[in-house]
Parts: sequence; structure tokens; C-alpha cells
Amino acid sequence: MAIIDINKEKENIKAAIKAQGLRVLVCSGTGCIANGASNVIKKFEELGANVGNLTNHDKMTVIPTGCHGFCEKGVLVVIPDLDVTYTNVKESDVEEIIESHIKSGKPVERLLYVDPKTKKHVFKNEEIDFYAKQTRTSLEHCGRINAESLEDALNVGAYEGLHKVLMKNDPDWVINEIEASGLRGRGGGGFPTGRKWKFAAANKGGKSYVICNGDEGDPGAFMDRSLMEGDPHRLLEGMAIAGFAIGSDEAYIYIRAEYPLAIKRLRRAIADAEAAGFLGKNIMNSDFNFTIHIKEGAGAFVCGEETALIASIEGERGMPRPKPPFPANQGLFGRPTIINNVETLANVPSIIIKGASWFSSFGTETSKGTKTFALTGEVNNTGLIEVPMGTTLREIVFDIGGGIRNGKKFKAVQIGGPSGGCLTEEHLDLPMDYDNLIKAGAMVGSGGLVVMNEDTCIVEVARFFMNFTQHESCGKCVPCREGTKNMLKILEKIVKGQGEMSDLDKLEELALAVKDGSLCGLGKTAPNPVLSTLKYFRDEYIAHIRDKKCPAGVCKAMKTIVINEEKCKGCTKCARNCPVGAIVGEVKQAHHIDQNKCIKCGNCVNACPFKAIEQK
Amino acid sequence: MSDKKTLFINGKEVEFTNEPNLLEVIKKAGFSVPTLCYRPDLTQFGACRLCVVEIDGRGIQSSCTMPPEAGLRVKTNTMRVRRIRKTVLELLLANHNRECTTCEKSGNCDLQKYANEYGITDLKYIQRKEMLPIDDSNPSIVRDPNKCILCGACVRACSEFQGHSVLGFANRGSKTQVQPFAGRELSSVDCVYCGQCQAVCPTGALTIKSEIDKVWDMVNDEKVKTLVQIAPSVRVALGEAFGLKPGDNVIGLLNTALKQIGFDLVFDTNFSADLTIMEEAQEFLGRLKEGKNLPLFTSCCPAWIRYMETQHPDMLNHLSTCKSPQGMLSPVLKELVPQYFEGFTKDNIKVISIMPCTAKKAEAARQELKDETDVVLTTYEIAKMIKSAGIDLSELEPSEGDSPFEQYSGAATIFGASGGVAEAALRTAYYMVTNEPLKDVDIVQMRGVDKNSRQKDVEVDVKGTKVKVRIVSTLKEAEKTLQQLKNGETDFHILEVMACPGGCINGGGQLRSCDDISIKEKRANGLYKEDRELPHRMSYENPEIKKLYDEFLKEPNSHKAHELLHTHYSDKFKNSYKDLV
Repeated sequence: MAIIDINKEKENIKAAIKAQGLRVLVCSGTGCIANGASNVIKKFEELGANVGNLTNHDKMTVIPTGCHGFCEKGVLVVIPDLDVTYTNVKESDVEEIIESHIKSGKPVERLLYVDPKTKKHVFKNEEIDFYAKQTRTSLEHCGRINAESLEDALNVGAYEGLHKVLMKNDPDWVINEIEASGLRGRGGGGFPTGRKWKFAAANKGGKSYVICNGDEGDPGAFMDRSLMEGDPHRLLEGMAIAGFAIGSDEAYIYIRAEYPLAIKRLRRAIADAEAAGFLGKNIMNSDFNFTIHIKEGAGAFVCGEETALIASIEGERGMPRPKPPFPANQGLFGRPTIINNVETLANVPSIIIKGASWFSSFGTETSKGTKTFALTGEVNNTGLIEVPMGTTLREIVFDIGGGIRNGKKFKAVQIGGPSGGCLTEEHLDLPMDYDNLIKAGAMVGSGGLVVMNEDTCIVEVARFFMNFTQHESCGKCVPCREGTKNMLKILEKIVKGQGEMSDLDKLEELALAVKDGSLCGLGKTAPNPVLSTLKYFRDEYIAHIRDKKCPAGVCKAMKTIVINEEKCKGCTKCARNCPVGAIVGEVKQAHHIDQNKCIKCGNCVNACPFKAIEQK
Repeated sequence: MSDKKTLFINGKEVEFTNEPNLLEVIKKAGFSVPTLCYRPDLTQFGACRLCVVEIDGRGIQSSCTMPPEAGLRVKTNTMRVRRIRKTVLELLLANHNRECTTCEKSGNCDLQKYANEYGITDLKYIQRKEMLPIDDSNPSIVRDPNKCILCGACVRACSEFQGHSVLGFANRGSKTQVQPFAGRELSSVDCVYCGQCQAVCPTGALTIKSEIDKVWDMVNDEKVKTLVQIAPSVRVALGEAFGLKPGDNVIGLLNTALKQIGFDLVFDTNFSADLTIMEEAQEFLGRLKEGKNLPLFTSCCPAWIRYMETQHPDMLNHLSTCKSPQGMLSPVLKELVPQYFEGFTKDNIKVISIMPCTAKKAEAARQELKDETDVVLTTYEIAKMIKSAGIDLSELEPSEGDSPFEQYSGAATIFGASGGVAEAALRTAYYMVTNEPLKDVDIVQMRGVDKNSRQKDVEVDVKGTKVKVRIVSTLKEAEKTLQQLKNGETDFHILEVMACPGGCINGGGQLRSCDDISIKEKRANGLYKEDRELPHRMSYENPEIKKLYDEFLKEPNSHKAHELLHTHYSDKFKNSYKDLV
């Protein structure tokens, strides 16, 4: 039987989409749902049912979409036909949007984004500074389509890459195209994707597997979740193309159980795609069969490590296995397996459709394409972004991110989560790609980007990440299990003001041994936050140890709160706000703090109307 | 096909063929690297990071998991690898309950050995403070979590040998622990007491429950008469503790040592192995005739019995009702020694058995066998006892045991290796059916104790009747066979099961054999050598056995024989793992 003509199928879909009338896209990413997106949608549907006459449309349809990225301003509502993006939309705003804008053509200005520099209202999505500097390729449809509709996905080109591959019917061509594109693993390691596929494809004959690694666990990272929630068919298509390339007919998506929405949408997408013949047996009437299963992870961070992930799918405890053998030779159930991250696979369909040279036109010499980042922390515009590889930190933090909140000073970013490292002001103009970041002691990692301001204690940051990796260590190999425990203890000592100068050498020595000696990527990278902060912020460690001072004023043990008796008017407000009764004094007379009782919570500092209470 | 390739270790060119990993090539080249988690009979784990080496172009690799490749340039002692090893040892020692002088494993502990070799005298890391309770609830094994280094050898042994996973990892990070199933005590899980977990444990985290002191008390109590019996495979392993080679037969030396320690009478479990064959061969022929309860499952291995009672109570009818050789000899001694020896009464006799096996301790404690065997000492314990008596076994003059329960045939001595029980039984069954001795006494297809011989199918022609025998070692293999039987996928007459890989020569109570897979074979060869050299090679030819039947038991499976030599089994499925899940 001949392979179906996908363009013909699309004609019907286009008509159906047109019949929807005015499309109102309401962000239904996890962040916006938490901000009340479900109620916004409900309100739109309620009121939309009898809106009567609309400008240029006879009806309107509310589309729940995946993440738009600009989470800081959620709930986001985009109406493409009116070329408008509304921010911070609440249920109570819906009526006004319909009455004023949709029915009467008068935009609701107060819900428009205000450019912080020009103080002007911004109408169009692409003119908002957050979006203007981005290049969205893997996220191109995220937030623009109904994430639960196959028709919506097909309308924007879903499965056309797979169709092209099936028409060409040449696995080597697929692998060569991916290799030529320069695509490297987006999950952290940065291994060339095409080469990985080639290794697996070399093991011809017999069963092989494709695994999509959706076990995104870095604190502050949500790129993969957004992709899976926002454009699930793109991922499924990428997996099917990978399966065709290596001769596999079965695949798993390993996804955290903490991502229920992504799981739900993927399940729906798999069922829809199977029913429509884009997955399952004889895909699009070809000989190619491809089944995708979903395996929910139980929450162990280490299961993001590919061999631990394999063990977990096999029903074993999620413990990494030594490499070699590499999964491409001996992976799931002992069979050749490729494991790719969500974002890596999401890049595949566009490469196939638009060509390797299109993809490699983005990025730097060694790192091609674009990269998504989850921008969080002390930055004005938090959210999900996608930029070409080689974009500088300055562009991300100050142009897209809109700079540091509340006019504070930039201090550092933690990139790559607990496996990554700290970058400082001196790295602001460093083009960020795989190799530059490794040189700087960090890594792209999965793409978590936490921005820190001057009020952040860098030693505390190192302690936080070490605490995370220690708790998430699988406990198998000694350097990681025992080494991170001891590093954590040293860091805890330092933030408690009990550090000794010799602790720094001990910390560094241990960090190097853990990095060198650990079995898997988790252990090998766990010391990175410590090593990079020791490199760039050694003074701050020394201040904690020698001067018993936390320069950022974060570490409680080294904080003393005192009342300036000259400024104190004896209003008693501080005493009333103290949770432990540590502040004593008569009305209208200077108060003072009993340091033995004080828990350094800072309530009094904020409560004092005369700024008489100081932290030292 | 031997496809010879070479690689370089510390600059020395070394040939390799089918070594499973770089560590074995390094050993072959005469170098050594330390390791705590590597056990050649188990899957490679790569957890302890002690065996790391530096390879040109590949950086740091654990040699136990690295496949040998032609042209590799490997260095085993660079600064980088030594730094990792030293840090690993320091970290482990800091978290270890370092009561070395009073530790059961002192002198046999790998961690202690490497700490010494790497000159670790000062620990800069946080010392373990919290001490977890020691679990001594199990009849055979003591577990001290404060000495566990989480190398996972026990977890792998339990799962890969016994398919059982009584032990597993729990928790994450530095709170990771090896625990019995569901955090229970080791007595409330389906442990079969095989002791393989402790046999592969590099530290004092898992040890044999020692009963040495109890035996010293008996030996030194004038009112108590101590009788001792020695299991087949003890004789080819014990010498290793005294500088002799694996497989060297030390039965004569052991007899002398035991007398020197002060045991009153020394007998041989090999005698009752012959007795077992007489009973079991008769039982088998009876079942064959009636076509009932076939295949017959052998019943010498107490770990196997426990496994059947807890996991497959619906198949207990297949088990031979014969007690094990230990179980047969003890009641015979208690009944007959007072008749043969003056001053010995049923009340003042204590029977001590020396076994390669930790599960025998649990067997002796069975309700059905109550007051028969009083104490079971493992090979490991008797070696310690002999040493603490100031005796160097290798310097002794051999002597014989005490008649009339010490003679044995070659068939009895091969009981200690996987396949030996079946071979011994067939030699006698053949005679019982045909009245003629088996011509080819050596049924070599039944032999073999390595990893690839854990399941053997042998067919023996007994005058036109094809007797099919399945021999398995490890309960993991046994389980496969049981499933095949349940599904009707296989068919045979006799199933011989030994729970330890290779049989009792590699028992959980033996001296250490986990570093070198050739030890098993050497010990087994020691038994087969003795078999060839003995005047009698069939159980029915043993003159002391003839005497026992003539004077006391009358005939195999007689009423008296049933009273003393047979037992029954009970359903212990309730509260077993399978019952719970």
C-alpha cells in the first residue's frame, strides 16, 4: 500500500480549524494553571457561548495551550487574529476582554505588557522584550496550539517530518542529516546525537529501543515539562523518526510522576496518534511500526542518568551501571538502545523538514541550534526561553530577563542545576555553548538558569546544591555517597560560622576525588557548584571562616540584630512582632534584643518604622 | 578459538583472550589492584571505585567493569588513581564501626587489609556516630549494618545465586542501607540460611553465627561426651586455613586435630552419606515402581528444603523423605554409640557436626530433628577453633576416625560437589535394580561446578529403563526447573538440588572462595580424586553400612530405618514473601 498523502489530510483540518472562528489561546502550562488558568478558560467558555456578534468572526473558540514561556506574567491570553497578548489575566478580567476588545475592538490596556524601559504598552507578542530576543524553534508551537488536539498539531505541520522520512525510506539518510545538523544532546552531556544513533544502528538485527528521557529533575528546570505539555506530538514524531533511523519498533518515555499534566497530555497524544495511524502498526500505510509506552518515574533524581533510567524501566532499583557497555550497544533489557532528552528529540522533526543546514545556521562552531532555558531567580522576567547557542548571559539576563529585580545588583547565575556551576559578572559576555561553559567550570546541563542577586550567599547556594545531590545520590558508589555527605558537612559547618581554614583544602580535595572517582554523571558533576564557587567566590568562603561574616547577610548564625538606641522611639512594634519574645523595653524608651533568645528571623527589622534595627 | 590480543599494563605487554574484564587481565599480568565489590562469580557492580585505573585516552575507569580491548595502555598506580583509592578508603573507614580488634572478621577483612596497605592512619572525615542495632535473629547469620560498606555483594549473591533477593538496598544518599526485605529482621524473611551473602561480604557486616564457645564448653565439661561428625566437602577446603592448597584432603589431619582438642569420638558424615544413598535409592525405586511423587527431589540441602517449604509447599511430596547425612548420623550415634562404647549414655552424648554450611545450623534446630545434632560448626569456625587451640593442622600426623561409623565409599565423598549425590545414588540404584555393579562408575556428565554447569541433564540406562536426572545448583536455577515442571515443559525422574553454586565445596560455611573461581573446581577435584582412590566406590559396598543393616536396621526403608532416618516437611508459606505480595 502506498504511503498516505499528508497534505491531502491537512486540507480537511485547515477547514475545521477555520470553523473554530476567533481562537483565544489561554496558557495552560503548569504555572498558569496554578495562577488560575482553568477558571479563566471556564469564564471564556461561559461568556463566549452567547457573545453574539464579534468583530470579523461569527464565533470564538477557547484553546487551552501549553506554556507560553512568560510565566512571570501568567495567566497569559493570546488572540492571534487580534494580534494581542494579555498578561496577568484573571477570571474577573475575562468579561472586559470580550466586551471591550473582542466585541467592540477596544483593547484592554491595563492587561497589556508595559515595557519597563519605554513605559509603553506593548501589543504584539513578538514586540515584548521577553520574546523579541528569543529564537523559538523547538518551542515554536508551544503555546500556539491546543496541546490536546492532534488536528491542531497537524495544522502546524506535525508528522510531516516522519512522513518525509517514510517516503525517503532510508535510515542512513536520517542519521546523516541529524549528524550533519550538529545536534548535540540537550540533556546535559552534549553528546552528538547523530553519532549516538549511528552506534545503535550499527547493531543491526533484533530488538532495539528508543527512550525519551523526560526525568527532568534539576531544581528550577521546566523546559522538558513545558515541551511535553505544550507540543506532545512534536516529541512523539521525533521519537518515531529516531526509531526509524535505528530500526527500532518500541520506545519508552520516562517521565517523572510529578508531571501529571505532561503525562496526561502525552497519553492522549499517543492514543490520538495511534488512532490516526501516525504511531502503532504500519504507520501512514508504510511497513514501519512504532509503539510508545510511558513509564512514570518515582521521583529519584538519579533516574535521569541514562543507565539508572534503564534499570528503573527494567523494574530494578534506579542505580546507574558502569559504562561501557554503553546503552547504544547494550541498553534496555540488554538490547541496543538510544536515550535522548525531550528537547533533543523535539528538534528532530524540524531538522528533517527544514534541513541540517537550517539547523546549523544557528549557534556556534561546536554547538549548533537553539537551546531552551528555564530562567528563574531574581530576574524580572522569569519563564521559559529559547535562544541560539552562543547567546551571552548578558542578553539572557538583561535583555530577555529584563534585568535584576528591584534594582538590585547581579551577582551570579547557577547554570545546569546541581551538576552545573556558578557563573559571575566576568562571564556575562561569554557566548554560552557546551564547550565554553565546561571551560568556565559549569555546563549547559538540562538548561536550568537561576539568577542570583547581591543578597545571595554563595556558600549557602553551594550548600543547597550539595544538600540536594547528597539526598539524591543513589548510594551505590563510595565517592558520591560518602564524599558528598562529607562535603555537605563541611559546608554546613562553614555556614554555621564554625568553619576552619583547613576546611577549604579538605573541601577542594574531596571535591576533586568525587569528581574523578564517581561511577556516574551525578557524582562526577556533584562537586561542580562547590568547585566553581570556590574558584570565583573564594573571598566569600574566607569571610565566613576567618571573619565569621556572611557578606550577603544570609547566614543566620553569623547575623546579629541590634537596636540602635538613638533611633529607637520605644513604639514597641518590634517587640510585638517578635515571635520568640526576645525584645524587651518600656514604652517610649529604647528597646533591646536578648541575643540568647533571638532567632534572627528579621521580623523586627521589617516592622520598625524608624529603621532603628540593624543587621550586622 | 583463541583469538589472542594484547594490551599494556604499566608498560608491560600482556596477552588476553576471553577475560571478562580488565581486572582479570591485570591479575593475570601479575599486578594487583584493590577491590571490595568485585566478585568474579557475580555481575560486575563498579561501586567501590577501588579498582580504578588510568587508561590513556579513556581517563579513570573501574577495571572490574572495563572490557579488555587491544592496545589499551593501562596504569594501575598513578597519583590520580591512588588519590581516589585513598579517599574511598578514608571515607569508608570514617563511616565504619572500626572495632577491628573485637570484630569477627578481623584478619579476614578486606577493608582492614587495604587500610593497612594504603597506610591510612588518620581519618579527617566525619566519624560514624549513630550505631544501628545488630541483627542476630537469624539462626545462621549475624548482620551488623554498622560495618556495611554497601558494596552490594550480598545483594547480588542473594539475587543471582538464589533468585531470592532477601537482601536489598533501601533509602538514598548517605542513608542508603542494605536491608532484609521490607526492613524486617533477618529471621522474619524468607532467608534460606545458605550463607552466600556472608561468604562474599568483604567486611564484618555479615558473619556466621559463631558457636565455637559453646563447643569449647562441651569439650571441657567432663560430664559431657562429645561426638563429632565431618561433612564430605570440609576435608578438601579446611587445609587452606593452614597454608595447604584447595582440594588437599585433610580428613586424617582433622581427625587428629579434633582428638587433640579433646573430642571424645570422631565419626564421618561420609558414612551416613552412604546410608542416605541406601535409603534414597530404595525410596526412588519404590516411587519409580509406583509411578508416584516423581520426580524425586533430593533432600540433603537444608537451604533447598527451606526454599521448598516457604515457596513451593504444594510440591513437598516430591522431596525425598530421607534426612540429610547430618540428620541421619546424629540419631544413629545417639542410639548406637552407647551400645558400642562404654561410659557413653544417651544423656551424656553431645553430637557436634562440622559442616561447609550455615543452613545446617538451622536444620539442626528443626522441630522434626530436635535433640539429634546438638551443635553445628562450619568449616570456618572449626579452622578458628583449631587455631585457637594452638594446633597447626599441616604439622600433624593423620589418623583414622572411630569405628563403626567412619568408613565410607567414594560415592559418599562426592556428595560435596554438585552432581555428586545423583551420581552416588545412581551407582547404587543401578545395582539394586540389576544386581550388577555399574560398569562406568564415573558418570562425568554429572560433574562440573563452574558457572556454566549450574544445570545439567543426564540420562542413565538402567538395563533398558532410561533414568533421567536433572542436576541444578543455586536456587535460581532450581526455581526455573520448578516452573518448567509446573508448566509441564520438562520431565525427568530425579532432581538434585544444591543451593550453593557448585555445591557444598562452595558452601556458605566454607573458607573464603569468592575471589577465585578456580577454588571450587580444585576442591571438587579433591573429592573426585579421593573417590577414585578409595577401595569401595559404591555405597552398598561400605562394610560398616552392611553391618548397620545386618545388625540394626535390617533393610533400607525398614520400619526402624523410617523411624531414625526419614523425616517430613511442612508448609511454611504463610508470612513468606510470596504470601505477602
